[in-house]
Amino acid sequence: MLNNLTKPHEYPGKLFVVEGIDGSGKTTQLGLLAKWLTAEGHRVFVTEWNSSALVKAATKSGKKKNTLTPMTFSLLHATDFADRLLYKIIPPLKAGMIVLADRYAYTAFARDSVRGVDGQWVRELYSFAVRPDMVLYFRVPIDVSLDRLMARRVKLKFYEAGMDLGWSTNPTESFRLFQGRVLEEYDRIVDEFGLDVINAARSITEQQQEVRRLVAARIPVTSVETPDEQLA
Amino acid sequence: MSNSPETAIGAPDAGQPGQYYGRGIPYLPINGYPGKLIAIEGTDGVGRSTQILLLREWLEVRGYGVVETGWTRSELMAPTIELAKSSNTLNKLTFVLLYATDFADRLEKEIIPALKAGFVVLSDRYIFTALARAGVRGVDRPWLRSLYAFAIAPHQVFYLKLDVETLIRRVLAARGMDFWESGMDLKHGDDIYDSFRAYQNRLLREYSSMADEFNFRVVDARRSIEQIQSELRRQVGAFLEQER
Repeated sequence: MLNNLTKPHEYPGKLFVVEGIDGSGKTTQLGLLAKWLTAEGHRVFVTEWNSSALVKAATKSGKKKNTLTPMTFSLLHATDFADRLLYKIIPPLKAGMIVLADRYAYTAFARDSVRGVDGQWVRELYSFAVRPDMVLYFRVPIDVSLDRLMARRVKLKFYEAGMDLGWSTNPTESFRLFQGRVLEEYDRIVDEFGLDVINAARSITEQQQEVRRLVAARIPVTSVETPDEQLA
Repeated sequence: MSNSPETAIGAPDAGQPGQYYGRGIPYLPINGYPGKLIAIEGTDGVGRSTQILLLREWLEVRGYGVVETGWTRSELMAPTIELAKSSNTLNKLTFVLLYATDFADRLEKEIIPALKAGFVVLSDRYIFTALARAGVRGVDRPWLRSLYAFAIAPHQVFYLKLDVETLIRRVLAARGMDFWESGMDLKHGDDIYDSFRAYQNRLLREYSSMADEFNFRVVDARRSIEQIQSELRRQVGAFLEQER
């Protein structure tokens, strides 16, 4: 059996991952981290979950017709991930770059388990993945994430709100139920894979300071400054 | 994860005919479903579709409800797989996962509902095709088996076995060699004949190595269509009779 996800990689580059539910603020934090690393003179590559061109078509048509099952949902995301891993993540790591991933296999472990897919099977499925140098998990209470999403007037997405599970016809209620279960799964994953937990209920600047401190311990940097107002 | 279905992790009866090979799909329990799953395996050009056509006809005349399923025909994935094949940009891992997604879609939407409703499901190729193709391409075998742990073990698997010499003559006579069937993506050279021969040889070795692991019923496909069909009818008929 492959065990790439549990043994350190040997590439010269670094792989840093942010994880967390929608509205946890992880994408904002990743953007600020990328700005800082670039300013420090590092070559940075950012990659997002579920973004490869190859399976976008299938995911889209599946979502439109609402025909994805928990298993095909899981496998499609694994296909997308494999495509990005081999074309987008490993080459920059080989070139000594810093790869920042917005979500990684842990998202699949959390979501797919809640959808009723066997947790051990999903872990074995992703055993070809490269183990990140650090995973930052932005832990946030459901109400805080919902407030943030509502403030941005974001329309809750069908699958992100777990509407496919039919637990509630009300998107907000469904989000609360589904993401509540996802949070429980994440807590298990934190222990299992040694994720670094960031308290994401704090201010953006406070969080970013902690993020930069954690990242600085793993790469050569000249200074860890407090992000200024403009960045925040 | 073990290579042997007998010791697959999961339910106590995992790997038994009609049960999941391994961990299975937790939200779809399949215990006690009356239908039967019969897979016909073999490389391209061995005459699988002809045999399935004849077998279906025979079973229906005898009063059995029959559903056919194939490989890469799901509504969800067929367009994506065709696109990927034509653009020729697939790496082996993505390829394996696309096929697994396609299979999962057909398993949940065609095969399991048909088994529940008591049909005889005739599968033109099954997961063994995927295991053989990926195995030849160097994908980790234990990983492949854990990937397909959600598949249902067929009640019978017929492996139509043909030697490479006979296969080459049949394929050339019928339609010629194509890029994928010749393993040209493995880049063993520009000569499609040499590539086809080498690739099909390796595929046949993969199938042979799976024969014991997955209880293949090996059928000599060098014989006439009628002879092969009568052997299939004898074995399928005896099994269905005993299960009636």
